[in-house]
Amino acid sequence: MEKLEKIYVWLSISILIAFIVAIIYASLALAVRVPTDSGQIVPNPGESLVSAVMRTPPFNQPGIQEVGPGQYKVVVIGQAWMFNPPSIELPLGADVTFYGTSLDIDHGFYIPGTDVNMMLLPGQISVLRHKFNKAGEYRIICHEYCGTLHHLMTGTITVK
Amino acid sequence: MSTIFQVQTQVVENPKEFKLSPDNHRWILLSILFGFAALAFGVFQGFVQGLNYAGISLFSFLPGMKTYYEGLTAHGVLNAFIFTFAEANGWLALTTARGLGRNLNSKILALSFILLVLGTLFAGIPIFVGKASVLYTFYPPLRAHWAFYLGIALAVVSTWLISAAQLMALAAWRKEHKGERIPLMAYVSIMTYIMWDISSLGAAAEDLFLLLPWSLNLLPGSDPLLSRVLFWYTGHQIVYYWLLPAYVSWYIFIPRMVGGKLFSDSLARIAFILFVVLVPVGFHHQYTDPGVGNYYKIAVLILTFGIAFPSLLTAFSIMYALEIGGRANGGKGILGWFWKLPWANPTVSAQVLAMIAFLPGGITGIMNASYNMNLLTHNTTFVPGHFHLTLGSAVTLSYFGIAYWLIPYLTGKPLALKGVAKWQPWIYFLGVMIFARGEISGGILGMPRRTAMAIINYEPLPGWKLAGALTGIGGTIMFISCVLFFLVIFVTLVQKKQTVTYPDMPFTETYLGAAPSGWQLILDRLSYWVLLSFVLIALVYGPFLLTHIPPKLTAPPFQGF
Repeated sequence: MEKLEKIYVWLSISILIAFIVAIIYASLALAVRVPTDSGQIVPNPGESLVSAVMRTPPFNQPGIQEVGPGQYKVVVIGQAWMFNPPSIELPLGADVTFYGTSLDIDHGFYIPGTDVNMMLLPGQISVLRHKFNKAGEYRIICHEYCGTLHHLMTGTITVK
Repeated sequence: MSTIFQVQTQVVENPKEFKLSPDNHRWILLSILFGFAALAFGVFQGFVQGLNYAGISLFSFLPGMKTYYEGLTAHGVLNAFIFTFAEANGWLALTTARGLGRNLNSKILALSFILLVLGTLFAGIPIFVGKASVLYTFYPPLRAHWAFYLGIALAVVSTWLISAAQLMALAAWRKEHKGERIPLMAYVSIMTYIMWDISSLGAAAEDLFLLLPWSLNLLPGSDPLLSRVLFWYTGHQIVYYWLLPAYVSWYIFIPRMVGGKLFSDSLARIAFILFVVLVPVGFHHQYTDPGVGNYYKIAVLILTFGIAFPSLLTAFSIMYALEIGGRANGGKGILGWFWKLPWANPTVSAQVLAMIAFLPGGITGIMNASYNMNLLTHNTTFVPGHFHLTLGSAVTLSYFGIAYWLIPYLTGKPLALKGVAKWQPWIYFLGVMIFARGEISGGILGMPRRTAMAIINYEPLPGWKLAGALTGIGGTIMFISCVLFFLVIFVTLVQKKQTVTYPDMPFTETYLGAAPSGWQLILDRLSYWVLLSFVLIALVYGPFLLTHIPPKLTAPPFQGF
């Protein structure tokens, strides 16, 4: 290979490796994590997916639960075309673990201005953690197309 | 640099005379024209999508589009599937035939074209009567009419047939040319289709074994997660199937058209091999999905960054060819060569502008692929902002440029309205830059994609209005440019003049040609690279499939449109 080629090839490889290292640093040191495999709700024979989700903890109790000082568990169910619960109130500094799933089709659960962004798939359990350090009203948006009224599927989180 | 210039000068292709048979010619021309017809339908829908982001809702007024989502499905299917399939089928059949100096099997080309037309009708009619508003991702349990799934399957089979015709021609060529290197133009065309053969298997399996029987009520339900995994196995690689035909033009034709030469034959082959080997990257579309473990997400993170590498190689090869061309035209200094490129030629300007648009396209792609940065951009308008710089410009704008010489080449009619053709790529480039600026900034500010923004029931977040307005303005400019393009092609086709005789396709020479011996021979052992690709796929997808098959068909169908 020509010298110019070699320089270019190694430069390209180094840039890409630097990017990967930066991502690994962000995941390990800054704890920016994506959702992972957190289990699936499988209906019993003859049972519908809806009733299977409704009886499986924590989804039998959608809403906010305080699990420790400043620590909250927020359980959200996506369904056409709303979030259950549609509005959530949290104290400032709340360390929240979101648990989400869907009753019917693929939905999205996205809070602009934060790194809360996860898919709600039928029967799949999504888990993501976020600490709310800024007061204000946050909007929850369904960002996965879910049918005719997809654009009306929204909710709020109020942090005081 | 002067030392490099003297190394080797070798023609990429078999320099012998070659005449396309009338049958080959017919199906190739029809395929190219059919692709542009699909694009014409699709961009019309796209225009209305753009206005939607600017807050203007026109869906209910237009024929064949009752809802935003119906139009979006048509836009995605026609532009991202039918247009790209038809162009690649025609264009790479032609480059393979010319590269090998051998016509492809006409019956297979004919069958491929007919299947694509049938597939378009089967998929298109349910969309336009509102029975398949499932977007081009067709995620279950959102269920479309069975004809939609059948249509998609036929369209994919039509691409496989082109690959079969290419491989048959290659086998015949190899018998007559023992020990010779595969001509580069044929090599890159065939490798593009081999890559696509391997990577279309996922969506094909999803479509044929899960969705089609399910839509005919033969299965009790669907498996949303497995379907998404199979879809995105193909769904990322499909972008390379869109892109590589443009790369073929950039590697093989652009160097010659700008008066330069391609630098290295081997480097070009290595780039295409990497696209074949690094197939399993689709999981990166599922970083925010539940049910997919971190092993897969991290593995594809690394492979996805790996697949950025052949595009960086391409940037090197092409930039170098452009520089040689520009300097040969008298360009001086570090960047002086850039202004000396033949900008008056719309074939060149369209493709060079496509390359420029591809720079931010590639960078935003790397951002999307970044494991945790994806949390910011996933399913926001950042993503369509990105892929309108890749599919919407690097690919489409390149096809505009290619069409400006290919249509005259295939029809023997001179390009009409040359003045319009000269400005059309610039208008498109301006439009897509404004459009992408809008979508990308909107995405960073949380604007969701695939959403009827004009009729949301809450106050848009700060910054969305500006982002939406830019999207609408840019989209309108893109649409105007597309109309001009179709006008040029239409007038070219209907004119009576029949004077142009292209002596041959304008393919390039290389400085470092194909070595007849040594390590480089392994680059032509296509089966080795296919095998390597399958090993990598087994490592990434194997564990997932082993634990998720048989599918859990627990999600009942839903028809919420």
